[in-house]
Amino acid sequence: MPVADRAWVTIVWDDPVNLMSYVTWVFQKLFGYSKDKAEKLMLDVHHKGKAVVSSGARERMEHDASQLHAYGLWATVDQA
Amino acid sequence: MSMFRRHGEHCVATFAPDEVRVLRKVASEVVGLLSEGFDHEDPVVERLFPDIYPDDPHNSAEFRRYTEGDLKTSKIDQAGAILAGLPSDGGGEVRLDWDTAEAWLRALNDARLAMGVRLEIKAETDLGEELDEAVLRDPTSSRVFQLSVYAYLGYLQESLLNALTD
Repeated sequence: MPVADRAWVTIVWDDPVNLMSYVTWVFQKLFGYSKDKAEKLMLDVHHKGKAVVSSGARERMEHDASQLHAYGLWATVDQA
Repeated sequence: MSMFRRHGEHCVATFAPDEVRVLRKVASEVVGLLSEGFDHEDPVVERLFPDIYPDDPHNSAEFRRYTEGDLKTSKIDQAGAILAGLPSDGGGEVRLDWDTAEAWLRALNDARLAMGVRLEIKAETDLGEELDEAVLRDPTSSRVFQLSVYAYLGYLQESLLNALTD
């Protein structure tokens, strides 16, 4: 992938309500990540307060963030 | 308290009349909040529809203009899936196919997010302690009821997720 197309990221932020098991399931479901990868990302969100869950072109990241909002996760988009 | 179990291609639970009443109430409240009660200043709405660019209000607003309608509709539809799936009168069995179970999961999560904001649930909140304190202050208070409902919804969501991924 060209550098310009990897220049954006989707970030998920920690929140006190979402169940850890639910967040893991959403990552598997939306991104097709393995259970191990999804769990690791969930734990990063939980312990570090946020994690980058996908990267790529800006439009793609906006799409990812809005999908995450439909599932109730707190997601934002930023430049990598 | 009821919990969901996997029966073949379905997630099934049997609810008592009180549980049906509570679920109908919270799902209706979410629908109300997203329709006639919709208010961008409401912290619950801020949580359910976060700014996509926290440091860029202009681009956040622009993005919102194109996406908020669809997001609102899908949240109303998923809360509607709870209302449509409940027994119409009293208690009874709820049997959800795969897609409906996923809609319930998202809707239960929205309801918990809304209650979590109102109840000021924080990362360090211990729900058991919070409930004990509220009971000591006034066992008949609305906070005791709301905290119990919040805990119940979490338990139900977890059981549905377990049934779905079993």
